[in-house]
Amino acid sequence: MIDHELMLSDTLKYIKPSGIRKFFDLLADMGDVTALTVGQPDFVTPWHIREAAIQSLERGHTYYTSNSGLPELRAEICSYMKRRFDLDYTPGEALITVGGSEAIDVAVRSLVNPGDEVIIPMPSFVCYEPIARMAGAVPVIINTKAENGFKLTANELRAAITPKTKLLVLPFPNNPTGAILEREELQAIAEVLRGTNIAILSDEIYAELTYGKRHVSIASIEGMRERTIIASGFSKAYAMTGWRLGYLLGPAPWIKQMTKLHQYAIMCAPTVSQFAAVEALKNGDDDIAGMAAEYNRRRVFITEGLREIGIEVMEPQGAFYIYPYIGGFGLSSEEFCQRLLMEEKCAIVPGTAFGECGEGYARISYAYSVRHIEEALEKIKRFVDKLK
Amino acid sequence: MEKLLHLLENDATLTHKELALMLSKEEGDIKSMIRQLEKDGVILGYKAIVDWDKTEKETVTALIEVKVMPQRDDGFDKIAEKIQNYPEIKGLYLMSGGFDFTVLIEGKTMKEVAYFVARKLAPIEFVTATATHFVLKTYKYNGVIYNSPKKDLRESDGI
Repeated sequence: MIDHELMLSDTLKYIKPSGIRKFFDLLADMGDVTALTVGQPDFVTPWHIREAAIQSLERGHTYYTSNSGLPELRAEICSYMKRRFDLDYTPGEALITVGGSEAIDVAVRSLVNPGDEVIIPMPSFVCYEPIARMAGAVPVIINTKAENGFKLTANELRAAITPKTKLLVLPFPNNPTGAILEREELQAIAEVLRGTNIAILSDEIYAELTYGKRHVSIASIEGMRERTIIASGFSKAYAMTGWRLGYLLGPAPWIKQMTKLHQYAIMCAPTVSQFAAVEALKNGDDDIAGMAAEYNRRRVFITEGLREIGIEVMEPQGAFYIYPYIGGFGLSSEEFCQRLLMEEKCAIVPGTAFGECGEGYARISYAYSVRHIEEALEKIKRFVDKLK
Repeated sequence: MEKLLHLLENDATLTHKELALMLSKEEGDIKSMIRQLEKDGVILGYKAIVDWDKTEKETVTALIEVKVMPQRDDGFDKIAEKIQNYPEIKGLYLMSGGFDFTVLIEGKTMKEVAYFVARKLAPIEFVTATATHFVLKTYKYNGVIYNSPKKDLRESDGI
């Protein structure tokens, strides 16, 4: 009899399953729960984008595209990046991937050698550390601090750099904290990196969802473009999570190698999604604006709602999450969230799902209607009043 | 201004504060803009969209094509004024094409609507013909799809 466990990769076995997943499985069995857990837009993809996809099928576009993606799509991405973020890229510096997730995976695996160190600010999206480990890299965690608004500071970065540092992951706008990095803060980080051989993986999947201030890419800071690979995609900005479409933008020699990896692992991103994405980029700016305005409304509503309940919280500047401090009630994050779920049937994600530094915090998604958020806030209030 | 109207047309329950936020304006400005739009008759009212089919109440809706004797000058307006005041009538439009007015009417039963047409609408001076079309099912009205799934279709949290 084969020992299946024994045959698996040791590195993979060492990797823990996502903490968000674990919590989600718990509430899946519970029935009528008011959840604020979901990490994807509640909007359905705008109709004109869906229609373009249907039309591409009607016209028989059911074949592979080139490995790097439709030339038209790569061209549209470049003009979009120029229009929205003042970045100059050419189609030869773009690779279309299966979501931002594959983009991150391909970028990390293409850049690191076993033993290289990858600096990962936390709390952040849960995939960087496992992907770095699978590539044989050594994750170096920087726990960003509440007093800095969960921003990565130049000093923290400087202290984490060693001769083995290969890659810095820059996950801003940030899931789960909602923190963003502004131009001056990016300049300070750039100052630390200038003259080194450290690459930057800038995860800009939430770039369109900032409130009041436009997102600034580190690639637009002097001297940074040559060392930056941008991972982004269509999921959050255009409400296209299920289409699984993302992209990488970076120096041509990197993209060339990354395309090779993508070619062997994936072949090409789904053709139907690529046609939809062309339409999104051509005619979707108003959709982005409409959805961002709605998220902004919810953002203010939930920030004020939590504060009224007596929960301490930093006003999020980006993405669609809020990251309140819930450590003042004598419960661990996990206990707080579990009891909230059991006693009030309201689900939020414990901060510890995003790294140990998330103890004392919780992630609340506001990708929900205002009515739904209102209902959840009532439940949280009832629960917190009991604890006081 | 146009954006404000679009937002309100889509959801009239948005507060001044929310509108201010969504349009990057001051709350006070929004308030005075709305007041002015109401005064100017650009905003005519605020109503809930009700799907009566989901209630106990029996209703029936009909679209009636109305032909009238050709009128000079403001003749159509004069006839419209006679038609528009019946509370049963929910909508009234002057049309191009093969007939003159479309009347949108709501009643309790088909019979009630038919009687209304026969007794109230048809006898109006200059009305020469009517054709009543009953609505069998509403799919979309006022930009709202009636039976779109209210359920959250998001099966997964991502990871």
